Amino acid sequence: MTGINSNILADRKKSIVYKSGCKGDGITCDTESVTGSVSQRACVFCGARVVLNPITDAFHIVHGPIGCASYTWDIRGSLSSGDELYRNSFSTDLSETDIVFGGEKKLAAAIDEVMKHYSPNVIFVYATCIVGVIGDDINAVCKTAEQKHNIRVIPVLSPGFAGHKSMGYKAACNAIMSLVSPYKSEQKVDGINILGDFNLAGEMWIIQNYLKQIGVNVVSRITGDASFDNIIKAPTANLNIVQCAGSMTYLAKRMEEEMDIPFIKVSFFGIEDTTDSIMRIAYALGNDACIRKAKEFTKQQSSKLKTFLDKYKPNLEGKKAAIFVGGGFKAISLIRQFKELKIETVVVGTQTGKKEDYEIIKSLVNENTIVLDDTNPSELEQFMLAMSADILVGGVKERPLAYKLGIAFCDHNHERKQPLLGYEGVINFTKEINLTINSPVWRYT
Amino acid sequence: MMLDLTTKEIKKRSALRVNPLKTCQPVGAMYAALGVHRCMPHSHGSQGCCSFHRMYLTRHFKEPAIASSSSFTEGASVFGGGSNIKTSVKNIFDIYNPDIIAVHTTCLSETIGDDLNSYIHDMVIPTGKIVVHASTPSYVGSHITGYGNMVSGFIKYLAKKSGVSNGKLAILPGFVNPGDMREMKMILSLMDADFIMLPDTSGVLDAPMTGAYEMYPSGGTKISDIVSIGDCKLTLAIGELAMENAGNELKRKCGVMYKTLPLPIGIEATDAFIMAISESTQSNVAHELEEQRGQLVDIMLDSHPYFSNKSVAIYGDPDSVLGLSTLCLELGMIPKYMLTGTTGEAFNTKAQELLAKFGIEDCVAKSSSDLFELHQLIKTNSVDLMIGGTHGKFIARAEDIPLVRAGFPIIDRYVHSYMPLIGYKGAMRLIELMLNALMDRQDRDCEDEDMEMVM
Repeated sequence: MTGINSNILADRKKSIVYKSGCKGDGITCDTESVTGSVSQRACVFCGARVVLNPITDAFHIVHGPIGCASYTWDIRGSLSSGDELYRNSFSTDLSETDIVFGGEKKLAAAIDEVMKHYSPNVIFVYATCIVGVIGDDINAVCKTAEQKHNIRVIPVLSPGFAGHKSMGYKAACNAIMSLVSPYKSEQKVDGINILGDFNLAGEMWIIQNYLKQIGVNVVSRITGDASFDNIIKAPTANLNIVQCAGSMTYLAKRMEEEMDIPFIKVSFFGIEDTTDSIMRIAYALGNDACIRKAKEFTKQQSSKLKTFLDKYKPNLEGKKAAIFVGGGFKAISLIRQFKELKIETVVVGTQTGKKEDYEIIKSLVNENTIVLDDTNPSELEQFMLAMSADILVGGVKERPLAYKLGIAFCDHNHERKQPLLGYEGVINFTKEINLTINSPVWRYT
Repeated sequence: MMLDLTTKEIKKRSALRVNPLKTCQPVGAMYAALGVHRCMPHSHGSQGCCSFHRMYLTRHFKEPAIASSSSFTEGASVFGGGSNIKTSVKNIFDIYNPDIIAVHTTCLSETIGDDLNSYIHDMVIPTGKIVVHASTPSYVGSHITGYGNMVSGFIKYLAKKSGVSNGKLAILPGFVNPGDMREMKMILSLMDADFIMLPDTSGVLDAPMTGAYEMYPSGGTKISDIVSIGDCKLTLAIGELAMENAGNELKRKCGVMYKTLPLPIGIEATDAFIMAISESTQSNVAHELEEQRGQLVDIMLDSHPYFSNKSVAIYGDPDSVLGLSTLCLELGMIPKYMLTGTTGEAFNTKAQELLAKFGIEDCVAKSSSDLFELHQLIKTNSVDLMIGGTHGKFIARAEDIPLVRAGFPIIDRYVHSYMPLIGYKGAMRLIELMLNALMDRQDRDCEDEDMEMVM
């Protein structure tokens, strides 16, 4: 393995470990990217935007030059059962004079223009890189606008340079807390909040349906298919379940401390994790009828899938997978899911995984598996080729890289078009992996 | 419906931009830098910028788009990005080993006042390696401006006048696809013209699948060619609005005279491009091009009844909108709305000149516009066809108008970046796309009793 190590930045070496060699301090992660590297990571603003964007009936105004709004316009791919307002792109499109004289007036005017013609319940104002630098006090502008228009105008402090995507998740969580805090309630209803699912390809609806099957009410969806009216009920729930732990654990912790709502982390990717999550929700609620229904439901669903998987396994057994995704929880679920398909994970990395995620990852993979934090294309290339990966699971930037190497690809990020979540997701995921790995197009590469 | 909020009545907005028709300078600079061989584009700002731009280019070209970032932190935004760029340059040459790094700035590094000229002057650059830069603040202009500025940056740093003419044409193509750059080169070679094209993204963002990932594919303008572009006999700046500054920069630095041309979209603009080459090389128009032109005219005659007086909304980048409008006018269509998000009066003037030339009135041509405004215009007075990038698809759906995708970005379709819009071949392709869009609609929508084999 020394050969492929030769052109990796010295600073990056601590972010790459082989499972067999992971003694000492373990992987270096959750840090800034090395200056000058071709990082795949996004910024604070991006993190905040992707978490809040699925709130369907809010105006999301990006305060800054046009780029930040253009790049994140409809980036999330989340679906709505109601309003479609969130699919539009709003920006103050700051120009040179605004940079010189400040952008506060333009922001206030933009909010006024919205309020003149529309009557939203909430406006989110995202502060991008230069807003603080030019001295705009967006907290003050938002506060004034709230009083003037008598709606919620919530500042999201998300200058890109203030860390990486995770910091943006935190900024988004703070904005959500600001939105729901006035509705704090001692009185709890019999129902739970779903945190950290963004309703890509309708996945939120799948979770909701499972909960319905086992007799659990959903109070709020945060933030997939969320609306103002739905989200402000969140403080009345008696349990939070957290699907995307990377983005929403912080919110769950704050809600636990400030609203007395306990939380559990769940993952609905793969049969094992889906069943386990449904059962843990049932046990957490401690309702016997619910536990009984959950047992029945998960048993029935898993056994249905067995026949399906048996049919596909011969096509997939022995193949090798590389995983490069955003958060640790998804990587963990994917490794398990590949195990179910008899596919070995040979390379695994995340953009923002935490130390504890990497501990779990290491406990799941084989001796030779390579574990990477915040990797770049050239590292991914080297390791995928060295480990003879047959398929890469990643996001939009990784797809052409895989194809150039003649490696199959599955988008497990914003651009997935089929739900990959839950039992339905197992079917879609397996079919997608099968169709790409076994497509005739590879014969010509 | 996403566009339920669009009202028919146009309300004046001064502060709120809704559904932009442009993006910021750095992504244009990154695209230009990818058109230089063995070049690493470098984004001097927060890492999100670099990540967004790479994603944006990848979504359009379906290709890896390589670039590095200074990864600004809070410290850098207070104390300046000097140490970031120095460390970046060292790391990039150490690990990615490009021949040249093309730095572009961002809104952040510009606002805090980073002086890239002096940073680059003071830094240690390994022997034989090069660092250049362009100032591309996101709050000025658009991706088109950034593209032009990066091309000027390469010229400013590298072009040299040796005193001996190389007898070549300097070709500065505007913001177009690799497929268009290939077509330009094809035309130039059919005309036996010796030329240097800067930038040239063909062979980079349309590189073939080889089974290996090449961080630096075989395409792109060679550095030695950028140096000797200063010895060219004439510059053709193709894309009047995007490329004039770069042409001017080459004139300023090396005394190369320049001629601006519209993007060669449609028959007249292609004629102008070929005639400019012909004048410079003193050669006759190649038989093959004459043949193509004849085929194009043939196709225009065959199809003109279907285009006559059809109204069309064209939106996107300034030069592309002007080019596409020209072709539509040549076919007898009415470019009812010509909209670009990029600022600049020159676009409005050019558009009005074009309309006047064809004697067409009552069309709206606007710079600094957005797609919300386009939707309002269409709601007031609809059109038969829309031409532009992916982001117009919601309007097309809401108003049930066929959409031909042309321009940047097109993120929901494939193959487009390989195929030309320019030249006679490009015009043939556009006519086929437009005709298919109109006639498929006719086949689908007409009453049963009107349905025929040939409509």
